[in-house]
Amino acid sequence: MTQAQTSAAQSQQMDNKTPMKLKEKRPMKMKTRRTMTAYSFLLVPLIFFICIRFFPTLYAFSMSFTTQNVNGFTIENYRILLRDGVFWKSVWNTCKYVIITVPLQMAFGLILALAIERVRHFRWFYRMIYFLPYITSTVAVSWVWRLMFDPSVGFLNQFIGLFGIPAQNWLTDPKEALYCVCAVMIWQSMGFSMLIFMAGLQGIPKHFYEAAKIDGANRWKVFWKITFPLLNPTIVFLAITGVIQALQTFTQIQNLTASSGASAGGPLNSTVSIVVYMYKTAFQEFNMQYASAVAVVLFLFILLVTLVQMKVLNKTYEY
Amino acid sequence: MKRKTSIGNLVIHLFLLVGVIVVAFPFIWMIVSSVKSLPDFYRFSFWPEKVNLSAYKYVFQETDYLRWYLNSIIVGAVVTISCLIFNSLVGYTLAKHKFPGAKMIFILILSTLMIPTEMLVIPWYLLGVKVNLIDTYLGIMFPGLIEAFGIFLMRQYMLSIPDDLLEAARIDGMSEFRIWWRIAIPQVKPALSALGIVTFLGNWNAYLWPVIAVTTDQMRTLPVGISLYATGDSGGIQWNTIMAMSTLAVIPMIIVFLIFQRKIVEGITLTGMKG
Repeated sequence: MTQAQTSAAQSQQMDNKTPMKLKEKRPMKMKTRRTMTAYSFLLVPLIFFICIRFFPTLYAFSMSFTTQNVNGFTIENYRILLRDGVFWKSVWNTCKYVIITVPLQMAFGLILALAIERVRHFRWFYRMIYFLPYITSTVAVSWVWRLMFDPSVGFLNQFIGLFGIPAQNWLTDPKEALYCVCAVMIWQSMGFSMLIFMAGLQGIPKHFYEAAKIDGANRWKVFWKITFPLLNPTIVFLAITGVIQALQTFTQIQNLTASSGASAGGPLNSTVSIVVYMYKTAFQEFNMQYASAVAVVLFLFILLVTLVQMKVLNKTYEY
Repeated sequence: MKRKTSIGNLVIHLFLLVGVIVVAFPFIWMIVSSVKSLPDFYRFSFWPEKVNLSAYKYVFQETDYLRWYLNSIIVGAVVTISCLIFNSLVGYTLAKHKFPGAKMIFILILSTLMIPTEMLVIPWYLLGVKVNLIDTYLGIMFPGLIEAFGIFLMRQYMLSIPDDLLEAARIDGMSEFRIWWRIAIPQVKPALSALGIVTFLGNWNAYLWPVIAVTTDQMRTLPVGISLYATGDSGGIQWNTIMAMSTLAVIPMIIVFLIFQRKIVEGITLTGMKG
């Protein structure tokens, strides 16, 4: 790949040298030459984007309108989708993942950022520890959490046993499993929110706080009247990226709930998300057409969020 | 007055320390569990009866763990280098060259950010099967070789390079390619290193596409290897082996993070904020 790049680059250089000498003779061609150069730089990436992004997108759309048995256009997949209980379960679960994880990871992130801003010592230490889960492999830490949640050998049941709380089934209980997955997601991503909030807090000019102090505002008031409104862009950014990420939840669910005997999303589909359902349909049941229809629904969700983002972001920048 | 603030400070420290224990505990539990023997798990004590390294021995001797590690390093390194070269080249061209169609190309590239990977994996898989890319390094790598977000980031930084600098190089007779490589690239080094860190981390942890693109044991990347080993074992879950695998995957990352903490945090904040 890199070799192709360098050889392309070399030929590029040669292409450039020849017209360079002709420059004085034909200044008219200057603009065309610059355009040629630009397009020769963009050629490989453009082909890449067309082949690896645009064409597959169109292909996924068109495939969702076909079935394995019938050739040609059909909306059969979408018709089945409407009556598919597991699909609706996955949509509802995905909404739950978004509603539970996004506000909580942002709230924890903000509290941690504010707390770390207030202390003078060990800042780097706190920042490092809280950020650690974010950079470690999701698969590895999901398995660590799975061991912690294990009803018979896990740490959590031993721990709550100390307080006399009866042992829970955690990931194997359909009522609790989704919240366990959420806990792992929040644990892993709150460090990221913290980091972004810390950067946001540092961006607030100090004289705002000084002015508030002179006016005699208490801490509570300073937070709600100054800090919070000025963090608005940060909050919007974290909310949008958080929602898009939660909509795509897959790795945690796959590693927390799949085993040799049961596929991901269990028990009783209580943790299945849109992406997990799509993955299972495509690569375990090999119904690529139906899975494409599921993927198109996910795409529409993300598109909706992106459109909201554009609206909200434009508004934020106005003041 | 002064006393009050120091007590307040103490309370915050206490709060943060409790949080540190909650956040760091799974890592400690992971390491402790990796040196337990299987019966130790049913003794319900925190510490193992005695340190038992058999899980590590098993990982190195009976599984392809080192190969998975190597695969992850190869994939991460190649994709990162490719992204740095192509993203900065495209970003530079879009920022500093005026040509018909520039704006349209930029919008086209940006619009791909809206397409979720999840929607593309099925066409990629079918393509991969057709051109024999399944179970090859290129098969794992190809979707990430050029990346729209990176292009956007590089374009933003390239815009701040003064045009006079580039024009001066042009008058000196430097080729356009050399101007990009010698003049533009050094100007955006911080953004490049940030992009490199984020790209490598993303690929190191990538799961959805690698788990689809690989069918043989040998070609698995580290996350895929751990995941499929752990779910594939029908004879009961070997917790100590899985924890040894996780420890070996996580600890080097933590060490690298400790060494390059400032750069990594800067990189993630930078790219995060620009998103």
